[in-house]
Amino acid sequence: MRTSHNTVFLGVMAVVLASGVATAQNSGVSSGYPVPKGDLTPPQQTGAGLYKRYCVGCHGVKGDGNGENAPYIDPKPRDFTLAQFKCRSTPTGTLPLDSDLIHTLQRGVRGSNMPSWLPLTPENWDDLVAYIKTFSSRWKTEKPGDPIPIPTEPEVTADRVKAGQQLFQRLECWKCHGVEGRGDGPSAPTLTDSKDRAITPYDFSQGGRFKCGATDQDLYRIFMTGLDGTPMPSFADNVKPEEAWDLVFYLRTLQPMKTKERAIAKQLGLKPIDPNAPAAPTPQQ
Amino acid sequence: MKARYNFVAVSSVLLLLGCSLLFSTRNVSAAAEGKISGTIKLDGTAPHQKPIDMSKEPSCQKIHEGHPVTTETVVTGSGGGLQNVVVYISEGLPVAASNEVLAETPAFDQKGCQYIPHVLALDVNQHFRVTNSDQTSHNIHPMPKPGGGNQEWNKSQPPGSPPFDVSWKTEEVAVHVKCNIHPWMSGYMAVVKGPYGRSDNSGSFTINNVPPGSYTLTAWQESYGTQTQKVSVGAGKPATADFTFKAK
Repeated sequence: MRTSHNTVFLGVMAVVLASGVATAQNSGVSSGYPVPKGDLTPPQQTGAGLYKRYCVGCHGVKGDGNGENAPYIDPKPRDFTLAQFKCRSTPTGTLPLDSDLIHTLQRGVRGSNMPSWLPLTPENWDDLVAYIKTFSSRWKTEKPGDPIPIPTEPEVTADRVKAGQQLFQRLECWKCHGVEGRGDGPSAPTLTDSKDRAITPYDFSQGGRFKCGATDQDLYRIFMTGLDGTPMPSFADNVKPEEAWDLVFYLRTLQPMKTKERAIAKQLGLKPIDPNAPAAPTPQQ
Repeated sequence: MKARYNFVAVSSVLLLLGCSLLFSTRNVSAAAEGKISGTIKLDGTAPHQKPIDMSKEPSCQKIHEGHPVTTETVVTGSGGGLQNVVVYISEGLPVAASNEVLAETPAFDQKGCQYIPHVLALDVNQHFRVTNSDQTSHNIHPMPKPGGGNQEWNKSQPPGSPPFDVSWKTEEVAVHVKCNIHPWMSGYMAVVKGPYGRSDNSGSFTINNVPPGSYTLTAWQESYGTQTQKVSVGAGKPATADFTFKAK
């Protein structure tokens, strides 16, 4: 009799345990963190679980960038409720592509607390992006912009580096980034982001990686799209694709790495621009 | 096959008729439209406007030689007239009139490292032209209120570059515009639905193309906010509406 009682008890326990596991699996996600279902699609639900595990500390429960750690972080975490992103392939003022957001997840953001999320799986990235997009209604009413095309990179030449330097002067990049690209231009101390927080221009002498990537293509994309929410404007209307590559090559000479561009600059004996030199003739309107 | 041709023919005739009807009614309504005019005054002394130091931008400083430049948060003219106040119909405008987009394309110029005009009034979807008359690069960085339907953008406009046309999708009074390169540059775009007026240096304004009706009129000033009053416009009868803002 005792044996059969035990068997029944064990059986009941097994059923309770099994149903508990099943419930946890149903409401839960691959991250192991259960989340409310609400109106979320399955990828968004999974994303919500991942978000609560990895992102909420900085970006906050509401996605507004006011997480627990936010007060101690500079630059501040992104506010997803604005759906405004620095690193995009799309024109200024437009929504980024999903692939742009995934690139940011993979890469992390240099000079900030945003790490690379390469250890996550591609499915995790997709789900996180799906969830991040629930924080702003812009994703329901607008489509991402058309990506700014980046033509094939030409061969770097001395002429291109020199032309790039002229552009650096004419476009007045130095006003913020400084004559040697050290981020110390005359306007640098007054710069603020769109939430009125002080922000510093990129210092090219510091190294290789930019906020939005490390390649020549990334550099091209940064000044053509601009970094929305910051003082960095888009130059897409005023810089032709050919010229854009010249500028990329010149900007590379301002960095400390041993590059082809830097070797050319050395060979040319290229001096920093003189901001007081008479302005180069500009096309008349 | 024949039936299809007939259908195409009939529908194109109908379409043409529809279009001509649309245009003819528009002309009729335009003829009967009235206007609202008035004066904006400042009661009291305008707050001190801070001088702007443009020494970091010699090409702009030169333009203002002998005429010190100041901020423009409150600008008064003769007899206490308050400049740069945008007056618009905030209630009562028929849907058709409020959806009609003004055809002219006003300019928003960057000249002497200032925005001209300092306050630009615009209709929703009305195009405006951004120009740079300066010998220096500007970045035009309008910052609409987040979540309001208009999107922030930021474009550079080096000297000599061609103007570009843009518009705003939603009403917003007002979108702040700044240039990050020249931190003293500050301007506004007041985006409203329907016709509007902007006060000149004597404080007077006129709103044209107002169909007869009873309206709520709103006047907006960048430092003092908004004021409203009711106004009735009769057919062919111009209405008057004056506003007074108290100096703070």
